[in-house]
Amino acid sequence: MAAALTLYRTTIGKKAVMAITGFIGYGFVILHMIGNLKIFEGAEGFNEYAHFLRTVGYPMIPERGLLWVLRVVLLAAVILHVTAAIQLTRLDWASRPKGYRETRRKQATFASLTLRWGGLAIFLFIVYHLAHFTFGLGIPDFGGHETAYQNVVAGFSNPINVVLYIAAVGALGMHLYHGVWSMFQTLGLNGPRTDGLWRGLAVLSGILLFLGFSTVPVAVITGLVR
Amino acid sequence: MNLTLHVWRQKNPQSEGRFVTYQAKDIIPDMSFLEMLDVVNQELIMKGEEPIAFEHDCREGICGSCGMVINGYPHGGHRGTTACQLHMRHFKDGDTITIEPWRARAFPVMKDLIVDRSAFDRIIQAGGFISANTGVAQDANAILVPKQNADAAMDAAACIGCGACVAACPNASAMLFTAAKIAHLGLLPQGQPERYTRVVRMVEQMDKEGFGGCTNIGECAAACPKVIPLDVIARMNRDLLVAKIKGV
Repeated sequence: MAAALTLYRTTIGKKAVMAITGFIGYGFVILHMIGNLKIFEGAEGFNEYAHFLRTVGYPMIPERGLLWVLRVVLLAAVILHVTAAIQLTRLDWASRPKGYRETRRKQATFASLTLRWGGLAIFLFIVYHLAHFTFGLGIPDFGGHETAYQNVVAGFSNPINVVLYIAAVGALGMHLYHGVWSMFQTLGLNGPRTDGLWRGLAVLSGILLFLGFSTVPVAVITGLVR
Repeated sequence: MNLTLHVWRQKNPQSEGRFVTYQAKDIIPDMSFLEMLDVVNQELIMKGEEPIAFEHDCREGICGSCGMVINGYPHGGHRGTTACQLHMRHFKDGDTITIEPWRARAFPVMKDLIVDRSAFDRIIQAGGFISANTGVAQDANAILVPKQNADAAMDAAACIGCGACVAACPNASAMLFTAAKIAHLGLLPQGQPERYTRVVRMVEQMDKEGFGGCTNIGECAAACPKVIPLDVIARMNRDLLVAKIKGV
């Protein structure tokens, strides 16, 4: 415990926390995307999946047991990720009180330079997303998980939501484009032999998750799913 | 060739500082960047003005003294090149060149283009050493070093401590410098006894000096005149995490 606290005092320790919590989020968005694609199985399949999430392992695990464990883990991960990000950003901004008149970059990418702003966008989106599909904000005849399929169709019938969702998953894709590689680098799991592998995984993750998540709103607005 | 220079002039650490424009006339393309500044300074001295202060020593890219941000790039932005190795043939007649000192809280400007890089010395003092026995010198070949480790250690040891990594980093982080020193010693058998205490102490000192954190952007390695690779940072991260698991 003492070692963990002294580690957290260092910038590298804070980043390790970001990497581990980021990994939890990364795993979550992959499962979330795969789950979303069940929309193409139709109303019955999708709603059954929503029901399954609440009854995994029942009766050995109480109903919604796993769901709540996951919710607590995810909430803790988000809180730690954001807290460390804010602390590190403050340190980073304080480290160069007077900037350059001219700055050019050789290696930086749009994704790596805007990581924190993309993160902020994702955070705001999560709040909206929960209000939208978990609490039913702006969805007529919202029936919770019982009518998950109908909620999705109703939600994405509004073009504003479609644009918002695609922009948000675009930010997520950019975040992963830099973040997934960064995770391995920060945890010291990178080296000359693995660099290409993690870079490739990061690019692939960013692109595939963006495409996978965007498919559902596009399918609804184009009438493919109704 | 004739050039227009916008140079940061600052009398001392306390004063405000500002950009001053100078004309560099009759510059020969074979001159180095520092020789071009010498010509400008000679003219300033003749006019009775204060010459532009900049650090330099070996002028062959191995001492790490020189360093300035030239047109937005530390050392001018040519791969594996220090400011003293940068030749004027990379510029065109009539070009405008902006010259600024390294900018970082941990590197206060002393005068014009000279910054105080003592923070690096204190990071080294915190752990950048090995223990060696006194007495009869051991046979140099008695300790075997795998070739790939020797090569990687040598690559890291090429660091000249110029500070371009800090200057280039959007967060003014000293991770590449600190990691290069840690990799250089930690890859060799002689560096093993202090391997984990070294990383803990050097990282602690690095943070204490007020450098920013690493966001893995990679500008440091791109700006490094000794082309030190980014993977030394992953190595330092790994050593620190292992040290904490071991309870060092």
